[in-house]
Amino acid sequence: MFERKQRAEWRALWVILGWLMLLPAAHASTADHTQFEELQGPFTSADQVTQACLGCHTEAAQQVMATRHWTWDYENPHGGERLGKRTMLNTFCIADQSNEGFCQSCHVGYGWEDDTFDFTAETRVDCLACHNTGDYVKKGGWAGWPNESLTDLTRAALNVGTSSRETCGTCHFYGGGGDGVKHGDLDSSLFHPHRELDVHMDARGLDFSCSTCHQTEGHDVPGSRIQGTAVDAHPAITRGSQEARNPATCQACHGSQPHESGTHAQRLNEHTRALACQTCHIPEFARGGVPTKMEWDWSTAGRLDEEGNPFQIRNEDGYVIYDSKKGDFVPGENVVPEYRWWDGNTTFVTAETEIDPGERVPVNTYHGTPGAEDSRIWPVKRALGKQPYDTLHMTLLQPQVAIPGNETAFWYNFDWDKALQAGTELAGQPFSGEYDFVETSMLWPITHMVAPGEMALDCAACHADDGRLAGVEGVWMPGRDRHQLLDRFGFGLAGLLLLGVVGHGALRIANRNRRKEP
Amino acid sequence: MSQRIYLFTRFERFWHWSQAALVIILLVSGFAIRGVHELIPFGPAVRIHEAAAWLLIGLWVFAIFWHFTTGQWKQYIPTLTNISAVFRYYAYGIFTGASHPYRVTVDHKHNPLQRLAYLGVKLVINPLIWISGLLYLLWGSVRDSMPAWLGLEQVAGLHALGAFLMLAFLIIHVYLATAGHTPLAYIKAMVTGWEEVHDEGQVKRPPRSP
Repeated sequence: MFERKQRAEWRALWVILGWLMLLPAAHASTADHTQFEELQGPFTSADQVTQACLGCHTEAAQQVMATRHWTWDYENPHGGERLGKRTMLNTFCIADQSNEGFCQSCHVGYGWEDDTFDFTAETRVDCLACHNTGDYVKKGGWAGWPNESLTDLTRAALNVGTSSRETCGTCHFYGGGGDGVKHGDLDSSLFHPHRELDVHMDARGLDFSCSTCHQTEGHDVPGSRIQGTAVDAHPAITRGSQEARNPATCQACHGSQPHESGTHAQRLNEHTRALACQTCHIPEFARGGVPTKMEWDWSTAGRLDEEGNPFQIRNEDGYVIYDSKKGDFVPGENVVPEYRWWDGNTTFVTAETEIDPGERVPVNTYHGTPGAEDSRIWPVKRALGKQPYDTLHMTLLQPQVAIPGNETAFWYNFDWDKALQAGTELAGQPFSGEYDFVETSMLWPITHMVAPGEMALDCAACHADDGRLAGVEGVWMPGRDRHQLLDRFGFGLAGLLLLGVVGHGALRIANRNRRKEP
Repeated sequence: MSQRIYLFTRFERFWHWSQAALVIILLVSGFAIRGVHELIPFGPAVRIHEAAAWLLIGLWVFAIFWHFTTGQWKQYIPTLTNISAVFRYYAYGIFTGASHPYRVTVDHKHNPLQRLAYLGVKLVINPLIWISGLLYLLWGSVRDSMPAWLGLEQVAGLHALGAFLMLAFLIIHVYLATAGHTPLAYIKAMVTGWEEVHDEGQVKRPPRSP
């Protein structure tokens, strides 16, 4: 009798515990995809999963196909140049064209291998890239198809979910061909960040996912480094209001007068007229233990060891600083940003732009007017490069590097002539056959890895002679700026007067005995 | 035979010394903000400077009120009478043992040179510091209603000019405070309120008995 009662209590406890464990999942969605017949599979190829998704989510493919995640194509509203990952140049892996089979592992599609890819085929949209919760891996070299051995399509399809730091990070943390290479403020440390690394994504705290800020509607993810929202001098966006504002800015939640307590609150709020929030609140980037590439020199690539094999050199921390495939690297951790006035507009050097190899070529340029209402001082990562250019046409060149199984890709043949010939040909870029290497630079906005308030920069970080904003014009900064002539006059006057009173006093002491007794 | 007169009332002495302390604090913290020295870090210097500024403004408002209600503002009416004699005394007579040409009385506490200097402080230096300082302090709110030529740089420049003039005044003032009958005579008077007068003819009745 007693035993039976006890068993019943145990059973009740297990039911309650089980229910508690299921609670979050039950609350997150009104649909349990594991119960959907359409998703039971078995699936033999990834586009079958897409087909199944589109059976219910009828508009999803068309929505995705309208975004840059699909087109990799973007017309710069400021400069008018054709941008987007498809044709853009950078100072890291240089260019996508001719390397699609490798690079397109980060395309939200299947099979973009060359320019024959059909951008209108709905089943080529990769739903799982952003909506998997595991069992799904896309690796370089598969043109966007998942790796069969690392992927279980049926499990992945049954367990779909919202996008997460894992799904976004799988590509965005690895831009430039490796962990943390490009951005500096995005790397694998943000999969499970601690509070000091990112106060919002703090895995044990607020635990934001990317889309908490990059609030997405109709699959169109807001936020752009080409056309940034450099200024957002508005109050926080009210929930429910329909505003054509970027929801990913700091101000979208915090408003533009966010400091409320402390003796300097008002003064700090006034700083928002000149500074982006990020300037003080991201004191350093690459803070999560993953170095970012600050310099990449392609001109030294191709050295082989005595047996004719490519090799790597690592520094004392174990980071690769030379790779026969890629050249020399300078990794950076806990990097202090540079600071630039930015109005959100950025222009880029493209494969058509004529460059001046006599000086370092800025692959992108941040626009902004010092001191103007439409600009703010932003923290940026300034990466340095050295990459091939056509000495006759004066253009940056696009090498084929990553496609195995042919005689041209640099990583497999270490022959620049062939790699440049093939790369430019596939990209449709004129190439004279004459090339050299030119020094380049590129800017990346620093906006992630927001530190907790107590780690924000203190006044003296900038209000000092050699502070962080030492070379930044357009603002009068006490502690940094002073009127040299006025100071010379003022201290000169004080010095003369001191000299005068010391002399006068000395004379008085010398003559003290002549004072009449009263 | 010397006698003592009660020259500085309790309020005047409080006003003088608290103002002295605040001015020195403001000069030191102000030059820290300007980056002239690093005795105080920038952030704390700003906080100290702002707090001391509000205290001094409060003190000034109170002192102005006091001067007008007591009629003591008349002490600063400038006069050129005997100014050259006073000047000659400090330039020459003080070395030869001559006695001070000005006779201090309760109604006329300041010699012509002092009157001119203090009036200069009150009409030029103080307003310059006060106005430029308030603009500096409230710049975020007032900048949009300022004329185009007046930027923070100009405001900071005017404020620094005021500070340098105040520094110059402070140097001369502190030095001349030692130029009494004995080096500490004037300073003692400013502390106790009582000044020793060595010339019988100078003595007038004090405002109240000791």
